[in-house]
Amino acid sequence: MTDLPTDLTRATASALADALAAGTVSSVEVTQAHLDRIAAVDGQVHSYLHVDTEGAIAQAREVDERRRAGESLGALAGVPIAVKDVMTTKGVPTTCGSKMLEGWIPPYDATVVTKLREAGLPILGKTNMDEFAMGSSTEHSAYGPSRNPWDLERIPGGSGGGSSSVLASFQAPLATGTDTGGSIRQPAAVTATVGTKPTYGGVSRYGLVALASSLDQAGPCGRTVLDTALLHAVMGGHDPMDSTSIDAPVPPVVEAARAADVKGMRIGVVKELGGEGYQPGVRARFDESVALLQELGAEVVEVSCPNFEYALAAYYLILPSEASSNLAKFDAMRYGLRVLPEGVDDPSAEQVMAATRDAGFGPEVKRRIILGTYALSSGYYDAYYGSAQKVRALIAQDFDNAYGRVDVLVSPTAPTTAFKLGDKLEDPMAMYLNDIATIPANLAGVPGMSIPSGLADEDGLPAGIQILAPATKDERLYSVGAALEAALVDRWGGPILDRAPALGDAAAVKGA
Amino acid sequence: MSTATADAVMDYDEAMAKFDPVMGLEVHVELHTATKMFCGCPAEFGAEPNSQVCPVCLGLPGALPVVNEKAVESAIRIGLALNCEIAEWCRFARKNYFYPDMPKNFQTSQYDEPIAYNGHLDVELEDGTVYRVEIERAHMEEDTGKSLHIGGATGRIHGADHSLVDYNRAGIPLIEIVTKPMTGAGERAPEVAKAYVSALRDLLRALDVSDVKMEQGSMRCDANVSLRAKAGDPTSPEQLAVPLGTRTETKNVNSLRSVERAVRYEISRHAAILDGGGSILQETRHWHEDTGITTSGRVKSDAEDYRYFPEPDLVPVAPTRELVEALRGTLPENPAARRKRLQSDWGYSDLEMRDVVNAGAVELIEQTVAAGASAGAAKKWWLGEPSRRANAEAQDIVTYAAGLGLTPAHIAELDGLVVSGRLNDSMARQVLDGVLAGEGTPTAVADARGLELVQDDGALEAAVDKVIEANPDVAAKIRDGKLQAAGALIGQVMKEMKGQADAGKARELILAKLQ
Ligand SMILES: [Zn+2]
Repeated sequence: MTDLPTDLTRATASALADALAAGTVSSVEVTQAHLDRIAAVDGQVHSYLHVDTEGAIAQAREVDERRRAGESLGALAGVPIAVKDVMTTKGVPTTCGSKMLEGWIPPYDATVVTKLREAGLPILGKTNMDEFAMGSSTEHSAYGPSRNPWDLERIPGGSGGGSSSVLASFQAPLATGTDTGGSIRQPAAVTATVGTKPTYGGVSRYGLVALASSLDQAGPCGRTVLDTALLHAVMGGHDPMDSTSIDAPVPPVVEAARAADVKGMRIGVVKELGGEGYQPGVRARFDESVALLQELGAEVVEVSCPNFEYALAAYYLILPSEASSNLAKFDAMRYGLRVLPEGVDDPSAEQVMAATRDAGFGPEVKRRIILGTYALSSGYYDAYYGSAQKVRALIAQDFDNAYGRVDVLVSPTAPTTAFKLGDKLEDPMAMYLNDIATIPANLAGVPGMSIPSGLADEDGLPAGIQILAPATKDERLYSVGAALEAALVDRWGGPILDRAPALGDAAAVKGA
Repeated sequence: MSTATADAVMDYDEAMAKFDPVMGLEVHVELHTATKMFCGCPAEFGAEPNSQVCPVCLGLPGALPVVNEKAVESAIRIGLALNCEIAEWCRFARKNYFYPDMPKNFQTSQYDEPIAYNGHLDVELEDGTVYRVEIERAHMEEDTGKSLHIGGATGRIHGADHSLVDYNRAGIPLIEIVTKPMTGAGERAPEVAKAYVSALRDLLRALDVSDVKMEQGSMRCDANVSLRAKAGDPTSPEQLAVPLGTRTETKNVNSLRSVERAVRYEISRHAAILDGGGSILQETRHWHEDTGITTSGRVKSDAEDYRYFPEPDLVPVAPTRELVEALRGTLPENPAARRKRLQSDWGYSDLEMRDVVNAGAVELIEQTVAAGASAGAAKKWWLGEPSRRANAEAQDIVTYAAGLGLTPAHIAELDGLVVSGRLNDSMARQVLDGVLAGEGTPTAVADARGLELVQDDGALEAAVDKVIEANPDVAAKIRDGKLQAAGALIGQVMKEMKGQADAGKARELILAKLQ
């Protein structure tokens, strides 16, 4: 067992878990250290929409008591966690980054949250996100963007930029995310953290405020592959409350992360992901990582997935279609925001709905609702939603063909490093292109992971490598991820986040 | 809101001389499963408003549906009973529209992949004619909540001060049964409509899948009506070749009688418009039970685009063939066939059987016969006092009898007391009154009231002698062969015996003494 650093927030979740189990540190101490860190730096990063100081300490105290009482506890018991604000938390505000849900206190916990509570992970708070998870930068949060700890003028990715920046700024050792087209993986890539989108159905969606039901998947976020695996094991598993949940045990992700073995594994480099439009520094770190995997004993081949070219177009028909229906429930009738139309005496229910939706939804949400409503309209359904479903089937077929030849696929996670806040806000198409490499996995329901591949030469900012595996073979992500991580950390001489600028000291902030 | 100005209508016979009616009926049935379609909330009727709700049926952010397997089984049984094919694989779909009583602002329903399709139901009309109703589909969906509009004149949302919504009903499993266009009924169309809904109700009751209480809304009917030019006999190829006219859909016609009246009204209204050179507006219509007319609802237009798409939160329903066959094995006897069998077993005339059916006493009589009574006696007792009193209380006989604790076994016991000679008819009526008054079983009532035919022939003979002596002229008539005069003497003998004598025996004695 390694000794814990003096600053508990610099420790990995697995190191904290070991120390907690050994009784060398208490959950209250660990939790308090993170709450102090939040107080010190979140003013700069703005990762949290809500910090639940009392709740977190109460849960920590309870875990400590259970441990003292000799109860057998889960592997991560006592390790605090940040929860993306898209997951319902009983008694704790859940806004999804939207004005529409400002002040809403859910009466129930998402299944993932229930599992976290049962496993004894104190919940520090709720993390920022693009409104209803629509975006790649958190700039679409109604509560203002989160910032990238590597450069506070840059985006931390999205929609889960709150969770990624929490990890990169050491405001929590673990966080949850949801990934509809890359919302776990792209934020991980641009902040040098780790994130997994499990196989569709691998983690319950019950209590996740839905963006696009057939694409949404909750997953774990951490600073190391092992930490992420430990959290994956807690979050995953069958849930009778979610019909689309897989009725099988969680794949052996922790074992795979500990074994960290790629010898004899066949790894396919996706030809279509990584050419034009990919930043040279991102591409260079990716190529080095692939070479490293080869050195570690994997066999690397190039694989073509010709239909990936159409993934973005299909995605931007399916997602808005489902979202337009999922977001219809926000109508001011039962919960959330209610706005009365101006200048209307005695307004009708319909007028109140319209006024509320106009005031409560931001421009990106409106854009997608309108797109989806249009795509589902009679006369257009076949051409848009119908065709998109056919493309989806072709993409799944591309994956099937590829997995006939290789065990996993790899690509850069995102085409570029973190861009500057405001750079792409007025150009939705440029924003959408951030997810070009991550979207195919959501369309096919296969698992994917992003781990840091290094810093791009041209801007010194983090780049990520994406690993994709066949459905239900999530453990392969962890075998490859952990092996590559170990080799890279060895090459870097320590965790890459050690190179990030310190926060809390204005002079140390890059660009300040 | 249109203030119910009555539209012009054409005399029905005249309408039938000029036009051929085509109907389509959509019947919604609430299943009486223990829990709702997609969550674990109780599906019971009549609870405190908003007491049977959860995150799922309230459509709270994040909640997800899970299909109620029992509801799927009921849907399959209904499909099988309607002679439908059962889908091997089908999906739910979202029907998107905004309305305050829809928690998610979409209804989880089935669209182009119904669980059951292509069936038929043979419907028998009053005169024994059988009309085959072709069934297009039976599909599963969830009910909406219930809006209560306070302060308006019409109880509708327009003009109301405010509205209350009860979500207890939201998510109750519904089966929608849709007919194919019903052609060939001609002037009997309204009667066919009523007979179909009635037969469907009997079938669903026999399946024990729904309360089928139209007055409580657990069975609701929408009636589509259109007219086309008359081109011959309703079933002739010439008539069937005429394209269908524009239809109107009259919503929520919620009694059998109203189904018949609403169809008849719409036929007359359409006929007046078409005959005057006008055209029918495709629209929904509201039925007014009190005045017997329909008024315009909303116009069906392009604006009504439900943007259906497959429900991504649910996995497809794929019933195995083994399950379907197992469910087929649970189907009850078809109510119409069963009636035919019982009528023949019991030896009732068509008229007698219809009385029994109309009284809702088929099951009671069946159980009474099973308990040992003759079919004739069972009918006589059930359609007598109990039926009369149930009618007066506006209750159905089954509910009424159950409320008073009157069972088929009681009636069989009563019949036994008559057959054994302990009671005569009028005594048996008194005993039944006692049972209905809660005094106990027939035997207990007879014992307590001291009701028993006198079996002592000596006392009867003495009474007969006394009456003959007191009525010499009547006795003379009988001696002359006018046997019908004996009735007068029998009455006096019974009076002498204070009713506790067997009238048949008295007659025998009188005739023996005077012939
Ligand atoms: Zn419920």
